[in-house]
Amino acid sequence: MSETVLDAAFFVRWMTAAAAVIDREADRLTELDSPIGDADHGRNMQRGFAAVVTALEAEPPATPGATLIAAGRKLISSVGGASGPLYGTLLRRAGKAFGEAPQVSAEELRAGLAAGVDAVAQLGGSAPGDKTMLDALVPGIEALATSFDAAAAASEKGALATVPMLARKGRASYLGERSIGHQDPGATSSALLFAALAEVAK
Amino acid sequence: MSERTTGGTAAGAGTPVGVVLVSHSAPVAESVAALAVGLAGGGDTVPVAAAGGGPDGGLGTSAELISEAARAVDRGAGVAILVDLGSAVLTVKSLIAEGDELPDGARLVDAPFVEGAVAAVVTASTGADLDAVAAAAGEAYGYRKE
Repeated sequence: MSETVLDAAFFVRWMTAAAAVIDREADRLTELDSPIGDADHGRNMQRGFAAVVTALEAEPPATPGATLIAAGRKLISSVGGASGPLYGTLLRRAGKAFGEAPQVSAEELRAGLAAGVDAVAQLGGSAPGDKTMLDALVPGIEALATSFDAAAAASEKGALATVPMLARKGRASYLGERSIGHQDPGATSSALLFAALAEVAK
Repeated sequence: MSERTTGGTAAGAGTPVGVVLVSHSAPVAESVAALAVGLAGGGDTVPVAAAGGGPDGGLGTSAELISEAARAVDRGAGVAILVDLGSAVLTVKSLIAEGDELPDGARLVDAPFVEGAVAAVVTASTGADLDAVAAAAGEAYGYRKE
């Protein structure tokens, strides 16, 4: 897949597909967020990605980098929960890694998202295994070296693997052992981003 | 966001540090601002702004309210931003990393929210600089209650 070339329009399609899948799955995200969070993840992500799509449609950025930076900024300003700055940082840092390039390769996308995940880990002070979005993002990005479909599958698997984990970050961490047995909503929405990516790459 | 200041007029000291209070709850942010300003009493004028609640007005964090509040209290001597928890912390950190949404000299202060707010506003009312305001707010962690 090294020959795949991704332009600004591809990234706008990705964000649009992500907004659509989050819209479809919003109730499920909120349900997952009810026992261990504050039951707002679905609505927050819905509002954030809807704002991203509106912004990108109003002013289509010229480059992949500008697209993800604009999307990240919009998430930070409109989500209203911790997922705003976390996803915002992921996309913005990836966008910055792309620089001014008019197109990026799949490998550059992987490297950019990897830089974004490092920034997310630093911002949240978290690591894989803490029952957070990192548990879906990290395996997803690793599998991106193989294919978009592999990344979607790996991140979905990563999200499912959060079920037996003990939450160490965020509100769920206050629940201690009672957080065990629930799938992490952030890891679940991260897997949706990879599902949207695989969808638009077809 | 709403802004209030401590009473009195600036007594010749330099420009005051501004204080922004960010909570998941608008009433909490407003009330802590009123508490801190009230306990600071007279003295120099300290601009204090509350940025509470999310983008939809419910519980949460609004980056826009925070940026607006920070700009409103910025007099050029820096802005101390105190936060409650979770998304309030992460949003301010990511806004500072962004670089252009908050005024220059805006700083996330690591402090307990209520005690730190009182310490920050009282210290700012003495004409102290941002380092001193941040240090005083942070020292509130050390105040034991038993």
